[in-house]
Amino acid sequence: MSDALKFEYKISGENFASAGEATMRIKKELRSLGFTPALIRRVSIAMYEGEINMVIHAGGGVATVLVYPECVEITLADQGPGIADISLAMQEGYTTAPDAIRSFGFGAGMGLPNMKKYTDDMRIESELNKGTTVYMKINA
Amino acid sequence: MTVRELCNTAGFTPLALPDPDREIEGCYVGDLLSWVMGNAEYGCAWVTIMTNRNIIAVATLIDMACILLAEGCTLPEDLTELAMSQNVNVLTSEKPAYETCAALAKLL
Repeated sequence: MSDALKFEYKISGENFASAGEATMRIKKELRSLGFTPALIRRVSIAMYEGEINMVIHAGGGVATVLVYPECVEITLADQGPGIADISLAMQEGYTTAPDAIRSFGFGAGMGLPNMKKYTDDMRIESELNKGTTVYMKINA
Repeated sequence: MTVRELCNTAGFTPLALPDPDREIEGCYVGDLLSWVMGNAEYGCAWVTIMTNRNIIAVATLIDMACILLAEGCTLPEDLTELAMSQNVNVLTSEKPAYETCAALAKLL
């Protein structure tokens, strides 16, 4: 695999309304690199859901995006509370988001399932009270 | 049908119309944003009653033709500016979501 372009973004955990800024930036980068709209859409949705998750559950984190000609790899790392039961968290409709989040239209338990749906590979590593790292790969 | 034609034909009011000639290729209705992101299609008119800034992000990510706010919902001024800057068309309909979708179904 050839050398990757690397982008790193700090996701602020303080402002829910501004969640998505890193996604908008990577979207712009991918567009200028000439990737197809279909690839950009999949990367954007997966990363946006991840950003939202980090803001809702983990007080923010760091998103690292490696861009290869043939794929995009996203690593989302936080130091939040961790996920107690990953297979349960992956089920559509399961959520631990606070009620207030639902007034923003999130917290439906669809974030992780959407991330899986739009990516070719997705892995979650999580340790309670330590944090969570989500790795996603989207093939071009 | 373009977004401008939809406004003129169905009587929906434009709140932000940065891309009036955008073609509408379908319709999706829903208020849970992750659900919308998981299922809405490129080029759709999205009928919703949500009016926070995340809807602009969702419309951008899916590359929708327009957001169509039902029940006469409107956008705060800062979001109108955001919609213009992000090239997201936003319309409003006085009708509830069901009647708004019924009107769309006749036209699309």
